[in-house]
Amino acid sequence: MSTFLVKLREQPWLWAFVGTIAMWLATSLVTGAQGSGQVLSAAFSFATFFVIVAIGQMFVITLGPGNVDLSIPACMTLAGTVAMKLMAGSDGMILVGLLAAIGCGFAVGIFNFALIRLLSIPPIIATLSASFLIQSSAIAYNRGLRVKPPAALAEFTTTRIGGIPVLAIAVMLLAIVMHIVLTRTVYGRSVLAIGQNSKAAFLAGIRVERIRFATYVLSAVFAATCGYFLAGFSGGAALNMGEEYLLASIAVVVIGGSSVAGGYSNVPGLWGAALFLFLMVTMLNTFGASAGLRLIMTGLIIIVVITLAGGRKR
Amino acid sequence: MVHSEIVNLNGVEKSFGAVQALGGVDLRILAGECVGLVGHNGAGKSTLMNILAGTLVHDTGSISIAGNLLPGRYSVPLAHQNGIRCVFQELSLCPNLSVAENARVLHASLRGFGWRKRAGALLTGMLEDIFPANGIVASDIVGDLDIGRRQMVEIARAFTVTDVPLHLVILDEPTSSLDNVAAQQLMSFVRRFTAKGGSCILISHLLNEILETSDRIVVMRDGRIVDTRDAGSFDHQSLVGSMGSVAVEADNDGAKFVSRRADGDKTISMGVEGADAIPFAAHRGEIVGLAGLAGHGQTDMLVSIFAARGISVEAAHVPQRVAFVAGDRQTDGVFPLWSIALNTTISSITSMVHRLLIDPQREKQLAETWREKIAVRTPDVDNSILSLSGGNQQKVLFARALGSNADAILMDDPMRGVDVGTKQDVYRMIRQEADAGRTFVWYTTEMDELRNCDHVYVFRDQEIVAELARADLTEERILQSSFDQKAQS
Repeated sequence: MSTFLVKLREQPWLWAFVGTIAMWLATSLVTGAQGSGQVLSAAFSFATFFVIVAIGQMFVITLGPGNVDLSIPACMTLAGTVAMKLMAGSDGMILVGLLAAIGCGFAVGIFNFALIRLLSIPPIIATLSASFLIQSSAIAYNRGLRVKPPAALAEFTTTRIGGIPVLAIAVMLLAIVMHIVLTRTVYGRSVLAIGQNSKAAFLAGIRVERIRFATYVLSAVFAATCGYFLAGFSGGAALNMGEEYLLASIAVVVIGGSSVAGGYSNVPGLWGAALFLFLMVTMLNTFGASAGLRLIMTGLIIIVVITLAGGRKR
Repeated sequence: MVHSEIVNLNGVEKSFGAVQALGGVDLRILAGECVGLVGHNGAGKSTLMNILAGTLVHDTGSISIAGNLLPGRYSVPLAHQNGIRCVFQELSLCPNLSVAENARVLHASLRGFGWRKRAGALLTGMLEDIFPANGIVASDIVGDLDIGRRQMVEIARAFTVTDVPLHLVILDEPTSSLDNVAAQQLMSFVRRFTAKGGSCILISHLLNEILETSDRIVVMRDGRIVDTRDAGSFDHQSLVGSMGSVAVEADNDGAKFVSRRADGDKTISMGVEGADAIPFAAHRGEIVGLAGLAGHGQTDMLVSIFAARGISVEAAHVPQRVAFVAGDRQTDGVFPLWSIALNTTISSITSMVHRLLIDPQREKQLAETWREKIAVRTPDVDNSILSLSGGNQQKVLFARALGSNADAILMDDPMRGVDVGTKQDVYRMIRQEADAGRTFVWYTTEMDELRNCDHVYVFRDQEIVAELARADLTEERILQSSFDQKAQS
């Protein structure tokens, strides 16, 4: 038992879950037992979307210093818009819409990597400037009109089993798969190696650029998938639907115990961090805090976590 | 002229971890003399010069300047105050600044209105003095100049004087990027400088330069000064003899060697551009050595072979499975966040995949096998790689390459920080693996290691300038080829 506890204490994702539980208990004090159940259920609904994009972002950040995908919000918007317009509210088109969204993800990922690799633009600038182009394409495609999602899709995204959204269960399974991908596959091992030392990774025989390419595509595909389901969940694709996911995707990765410097990350922490972020906002709301205070708290927590994480490795 | 003392080093020692770079060096430099400093790589020349310039702090021993023993720590500002400057092998100019601005970096007294103009005039005046008609303008951005001109600026800057008198200039390989004409100009300037009472320490691998320019020659080997005489009493042969370890020449098992080249089974071949360049080839089961002075293109060759794996065209043929043993383990080898086991297996994971996943059993097994085989000193392969000493980390890098299924293994001066006993074990392992059909390409700066090679290519200025079969391999021939190609041409 004691070795189990020692091992548990070493897990980088532990603190995200500790924080989550603390936030939930704090909220429960105000809302009572009945309300705290509802809060938790809502937390799972919203955290699901954070987790999807954060998985992709985590793989990108793991690639090492300078690697980050800032085109996630634009990619979500484009995929959501294209899919909603294509389906035009028809249930029969749900699968086609999903494939179209994923297709958008592939295109965005390939475009990002082409900027990074062929034009040698640093990833931060490449993905940021790409996001303007992508966002504009989404606007041009549908002129900002909101198209309602097919009824079956909207229903699927809000279905719950025992208070837990079906989508959340699916994303938990996805997280398990991606955890295995990170730790047990050649691809995951390669990403971790590149993030620690890309030159050593190259000399160890890893095809560094192929792995980076796959990772940027992966991130964009996950963002696109998230955009598709989020549009279904929130009654249609809006041009600003991805807005809060830029900072959130990075915050979730960092709070979840992954290293911002790359080469060290974990999937379970993403769930902990996503729930934590949502519950923190909820708690501040229930205590009547203003939007400004909420943003200040989010920023402070990220700073604290990065400082603590930085101290841990020294 | 009175030969007053500029600097005097007494019993200076310096170690980097377990490696002793300098083992008790006494060196006295007098005013008005040019001292030539020779010795092959790792002899301690650069370490000694770094101590003299103040960039490295010595462990034991004393330094006195102009007859006064220095009380506290010696440092770069102190060296400058006492008129000691150094032109390093790696250029130290700021590439984003102009020529004039770089002069200002060294001379803080160039201040007030019009400093840029005065700095420019100071430096271009000195440039004109050393290298007449060089075509460099004070407003040129250093990064835009070619390497030869950058070198000129660096040298000229070291000789400029503002408020502090200049006594000693250390020139570490100053002619390595200069053409013959500029090199001649520099050497005659050094003569003029010393005639006026200044002193120079000249490090060069072009022995003719040393013989012609110096008053006195100091020979270093293995961190010690082994010979110091007037330049007149040396000739080319005796200088080479003095640098090399002559005792080992008696080793003549090279005569028994049978070349594997007869069967013509080439594993690696790399064509080279240039009419008189020698192409590279490595045969099955062969240990090919890359020799020559450090930084003359051996590592670049290894990396380009590695990058070309799986390519088979007329100009280059490299097998699919190639492994690399890094010598600079910090930047090229170790994954610092991983365990010893993960560091060992990374080059083998693709062959350990079972149903899409890496098989942890086989991974563990590989790590354990090599821990025993190469004697990595650790109780548990799951410990962090950083828990190991440098030499043991290097063993892990060997295990990574030898444990993989590579047909060819490239080694980039891989024995740094490895103790003698382990070296012998690894040599034996390499020989066994070669006999079993693996090909090794081995860049080494240690002459003794070349004796393990079947065939040696000597590099100079990014090119292969000589190839020697094991039977013809002598230290003298390698030194001859690595030093003299440029002087003869």
